[in-house]
Amino acid sequence: MRKRNLILEDGTVFEGYGFGSEEVSKGEIVFNTGMTGYQEVITDPSYCGQFVTMTYPLIGNYGINRDDYETVTPFIHGLIVKEYSEQPSNFRNEETIDSFLKANNIPGIAGIDTRKLTRIIRKYGTMKAAILSAEEDVEKAVEELRNAEFPRDQVKQTSTSKPYVVPGRGSRVVLVDFGAKHGILRELTKRDCQITVVPYNYRAEDILRLRPDGIMLTNGPGDPKDVPEAIEMIKEILGQVPIFGICLGHQLLSLACGANTEKMKFGHRGANHPVKDLENDKTYLTSQNHSYAVNPDSLENTGLELTQIAINDETVEGVRHTKYPAFSVQYHPEASPGPEDTNYLFDEFLKIMKQQGKKQEVHIHA
Amino acid sequence: MPKRTDIQKILVIGSGPIVIGQAAEFDYSGTQACQALREEGYEVILANSNPATIMTDNTVADKVYMEPLTEEFLTKIIRKEHPDAILPTLGGQTGLNLAMELVRKGVLEDHKVQLLGTAPESIQQAEDRELFRTLMNELNEPVPESEIVHTVEEAVNFANTIGYPLIVRPAYTLGGTGGGMCYSEEELKEITHNGLVLSPVNQCLIERNIAGFKEIEYEVMRDHKDQAIVVCNMENIDPVGIHTGDSIVVAPSQTLSDREYHMLRNASLKIIRALEIEGGCNVQLALDPYSFQYYIIEVNPRVSRSSALASKATGYPIAKIAAKIAVGYTLDEIINPITGKTYSMFEPALDYVVTKFPRFPFDKFTSGDRRLGTQMKATGEVMAIGRNLEESLLKGVRSLEMGTEELYLAKAEGLDEETLDKRLKRADDERIFLLAEALRRGYSVDKIFDMTKIDRFFLNSLNKIIETEKALIENKNDMAVLKAAKELGIADEQVSRLWDVPLDDVYALRKENNLFPVYKMVDTCAAEFESETPYFYSSYETENESEVTERKKILVLGSGPIRIGQGIEFDYATVHSVFAIKELGYEAIIMNNNPETVSTDFTISDKLYFEPLTLEDVMHVIELEKPEGVIVQFGGQTAINLADGLERRGVKILGTGLEAIDRAEDRDKFEVLLDELDLLRPQGKAVPRLDKAIETANEIGYPVLVRPSYVIGGSRMEIVYSEKELENYLAKSDGVDSAHPILIDKYLTGMEAEVDAISDGETTIVPGIMEHIERAGVHSGDSMAVYPPQRLSEAVKEKCLDAAVKISSALNVKGLINIQFIIRDEDVYVLEVNPRASRTIPFLSKITGVTMANIATKCILGEKLADMGYETGILPEQNLVSVKIPVFSFEKLRSVDTILGPEMKSTGEAIGYDKTLEKALYKGLIASGLKVPQEGGVLLTVADKDKAEMLEVAERFHQLGFVLYATQGTASFIQEEGDIPVVQVGKVGVDEPNVLSIIEEGKVQFVINTLNSGQKPRSDGFLIRREAVEHGIASLTSLDTVNAIINVIDSTTFTAQSISQQKVKQ
Repeated sequence: MRKRNLILEDGTVFEGYGFGSEEVSKGEIVFNTGMTGYQEVITDPSYCGQFVTMTYPLIGNYGINRDDYETVTPFIHGLIVKEYSEQPSNFRNEETIDSFLKANNIPGIAGIDTRKLTRIIRKYGTMKAAILSAEEDVEKAVEELRNAEFPRDQVKQTSTSKPYVVPGRGSRVVLVDFGAKHGILRELTKRDCQITVVPYNYRAEDILRLRPDGIMLTNGPGDPKDVPEAIEMIKEILGQVPIFGICLGHQLLSLACGANTEKMKFGHRGANHPVKDLENDKTYLTSQNHSYAVNPDSLENTGLELTQIAINDETVEGVRHTKYPAFSVQYHPEASPGPEDTNYLFDEFLKIMKQQGKKQEVHIHA
Repeated sequence: MPKRTDIQKILVIGSGPIVIGQAAEFDYSGTQACQALREEGYEVILANSNPATIMTDNTVADKVYMEPLTEEFLTKIIRKEHPDAILPTLGGQTGLNLAMELVRKGVLEDHKVQLLGTAPESIQQAEDRELFRTLMNELNEPVPESEIVHTVEEAVNFANTIGYPLIVRPAYTLGGTGGGMCYSEEELKEITHNGLVLSPVNQCLIERNIAGFKEIEYEVMRDHKDQAIVVCNMENIDPVGIHTGDSIVVAPSQTLSDREYHMLRNASLKIIRALEIEGGCNVQLALDPYSFQYYIIEVNPRVSRSSALASKATGYPIAKIAAKIAVGYTLDEIINPITGKTYSMFEPALDYVVTKFPRFPFDKFTSGDRRLGTQMKATGEVMAIGRNLEESLLKGVRSLEMGTEELYLAKAEGLDEETLDKRLKRADDERIFLLAEALRRGYSVDKIFDMTKIDRFFLNSLNKIIETEKALIENKNDMAVLKAAKELGIADEQVSRLWDVPLDDVYALRKENNLFPVYKMVDTCAAEFESETPYFYSSYETENESEVTERKKILVLGSGPIRIGQGIEFDYATVHSVFAIKELGYEAIIMNNNPETVSTDFTISDKLYFEPLTLEDVMHVIELEKPEGVIVQFGGQTAINLADGLERRGVKILGTGLEAIDRAEDRDKFEVLLDELDLLRPQGKAVPRLDKAIETANEIGYPVLVRPSYVIGGSRMEIVYSEKELENYLAKSDGVDSAHPILIDKYLTGMEAEVDAISDGETTIVPGIMEHIERAGVHSGDSMAVYPPQRLSEAVKEKCLDAAVKISSALNVKGLINIQFIIRDEDVYVLEVNPRASRTIPFLSKITGVTMANIATKCILGEKLADMGYETGILPEQNLVSVKIPVFSFEKLRSVDTILGPEMKSTGEAIGYDKTLEKALYKGLIASGLKVPQEGGVLLTVADKDKAEMLEVAERFHQLGFVLYATQGTASFIQEEGDIPVVQVGKVGVDEPNVLSIIEEGKVQFVINTLNSGQKPRSDGFLIRREAVEHGIASLTSLDTVNAIINVIDSTTFTAQSISQQKVKQ
């Protein structure tokens, strides 16, 4: 067992032992309260550059399988657990989490009092952290960490660089990839959509030239304000084609309409977040992963109306445009991991695309 | 939507007496529900015949009816109270069945009573096998191939089409009563036959065996807005094939990927929505370990044992929320009581591992069939929380109190390989220890998996414990290895064994090196939100969250798992003690490990430590909290057994001193005490070695009562009539702990009585004396007890009081004391003294209105009875007559002899109270589940010594119009001596009609069978008694019980008598 330390920018040191890669790594530390779904979490591009603390103490129990990836290569900078399983057991198990992280050059640290760590993050907010060898000078490392500037181009890192098509016979969707999870593709292909995945900085006119029935704005990492080109693009296509935004996509749609976003203290990450749909007064369990949220007051005069809120802290979880066919949610209706309760939003998106198509047909024939 | 205002008065149905399959969990959920409803301003009327519960305290509901849970009595309550609604989903299967009965009979409709929680149609859909299967087909949810049968023939036909093995599940029975796995036609016939008899609707489901699949449970909740959540999922370590109540269960699931988890979650939510349940529901599923194929096994449309477990495992109070939903609230408007900030519409996130272990009664029923299957056999359970699986598992093992604090049974070491393999394959109650043994012997995980189908994940975890055990052996006194061992949950006791050093040395070593656990909070949300719940568990981690206050604290030790001899009564006393401690301004801290009970509800105490009750674990809490002292009086033998070690480590035991306990339990000291006080006692002796026993018994003269000292509930106690029998007894006693001597007493026949007294060292009060129906020789826990006494003279009562006062004073009792007497010829002999809470405390408290545990706690904490307005004496007797009737679970425990004797066998109790003894008895008997038919037949097979007495019984039954059946000897005796008509039947094994066939054919309603001296296992008597139990017929083994029942029948029937007959009698 390699002794390693996890240090936080406030100077807290956790002693643990390393698994996965032996890299020294820095990242923004967050926690996720999901009890299953570590493979999806690790491979969710929205965690790009972050250290993910799993609050459930046993991680890796069912191993890594070939199906449950959310991206081809993971982007997390580190994984923090109480204990990882060296002998996973599940019929789909292909390899251990240790070997998976090694292969992807991601360090993990185990033996951590993750509950203590979570309580620190809850109290003081997300912060910068580093995983390093136990021999390294802690004070120096903390000092370095405090001064470290983390990159702000996570979307660029995680987005596809070239457009590609996932063929289908149904509605034609352009999916703007800000670091999309496979889950979103899965939901759309399940509904037989023909999907054209385009890079985050694809221009509006190029998108429209593809004659889409709808635009899917995906999830992605980081601060939405770091992708101004996307905000511009959305402004141009708004009203022309139905838009469905998820997570970062939701924040970008809100910004494009003139609302504002802000960083949360420690965000929402997990699979048990209750969200109320204000339109039907029903609450659903959702899968979430976000550090930023739309400021509810900023929605005024944007043409957006608040449709969904988190019941525990009233965070904006969904908006809909009052004039145009555009709506978005802060959480993950595609689940993977987490509850599939809000899966129906994809059906709604399809319905809107079909209705809009009919309207346009009427328009053409008129 | 806010709460409903169209209803004001709600009738809540409890679950009645504790039986296997329906235990304390319903006291917990019922109490919570009643409190929740009252919080909302509803008037709560409670019906429950179980006097041992907190639920039936008059503080829990506005009105409490401890009446039998039958349609007849419920109707009376409804007529009297006119409730607006009835809540049946919190009283287990009993409550649900009763509500359905009331619906069917039109009682609810007639009295305009609404059914809350779940519609009758939904209950039917979930409970009726056929309707359930149809619903699952409609929902496209898979169920194993099966067939509903009403005859054995139908079962065989179905088996011929799909083959074996098969599972038989009788409809509408508790805890799978009567069900079982069958591998052959013969077994199928037998089990189906029994199942059909036991099913109230004569229906069984014959189902394809999916043994070996993973067994997963989901606890789901739904409100009327159709919002639904999963509170918790659980994975059984024992795969499908063993009743979930008998399985070792972990929460959350450990080997399910997110996809599997949500696939099963979706199915569970779909089902609760289809059933339109408003409240809680439990869904059991089987998952193929090699694919995504799953099956729905069962749905319980109500709060269940698993939901109590899920509540304690997550902190989410299911029953409370279910009650609020039932009166109209929705999940998104009920605040999560744990955080106080967030809403109940969420799914708890655990950051620990929970393990539940079943507690089996086979330490008592050594001859019982220990193999596990679809019929539940556990009487109780323990839960343990850890930050890793091993810690959680080992804490669970420690909590069981099976005489070991580790995964090690000395006797397993001696098993030959063939036996070991056989027992691993065919699971029994000790399998977890055998798994450890197999790993120690070097069996590979794969090999064990092949034999048991237990997921390798769990086997690897056990193996990790065994590996660490080896490391400990190889590295004596190595702190790093010790630290690793402690992190895995290994107890000092195990280290002490492996290192061969005294237990206290291991503790000292840890203290020196400051190797102690910290305490983490159970907060439903994995620390995402700030919580102030005072609910903690220990772990070897770095941050302690249990903040110690400045207040003066008292630690109360609970009683651990429910087992025969130590039931829910002790939880009742524990809870009342806590209330008294709080009343006096102290901080009340509870330690306990039973997830089913009220005491482990985190709202009861100021702080709850959910921990094993071992010296080590208790000391850890004491080191942190530094309480004024520890109260051990209310936690049964569990807590008492810890007192010695605690005192040794400098902990103050509050109340009656240890010395007093010792003087009461050590036979020699006890004798000296009684002699000094000039009190009578049956002659007797404690013999240190087995070979001295015969000599002593001969001196005293037979019959004698023999038992090991320091036992719970008369374990291994027997009445022995001859030297030969004594030899037999001693031969069976090889397992008896040689550290404690064997007690041999003269067996006195006489009336038995008992008192529970409270003393502060100066004043001693006796709230009531109870008289037993059965003469001495039947364990007090299995006897029917009557208050106020009906046959005791004032002089005898005074003598009982005198004894209580003298003993309390001599032992300097501060708190409770229970004394049992034998009354013979107006003389009062002291049989037994227990200077602690007894199992009659709740019964007596309720019928006398004296909150005994509360007052006793105040005495323990230094208050004076005189200041509370009491003076030494017996408190005035109440007008109503109350009886406590024992309840057994024999139909669930095959091969267990039903004969009553000095060893306790009952699992619970029911109460009956009314103006006369007969009426009270009638209610009590009905409440205990016995039928009191007014006509029919009686089978008499009695021992020679009882024949004369039996004659009177025969005569009385005859007068009441019953047909008497007897075998030749008894029959001719009755005919000759009593001139009473008797139908003679053959013995076991001869041509029909014989004793067994008439039981089978339902010709008799009572079987009266007394024991011939010299207990022979598997004797004819045994077969008769078992046959009666299997057919749901009262099997009576004491003529006192029989006479009491005859009195009841007599007082409720009119008989036809000719004038001439009366003349003859004159």
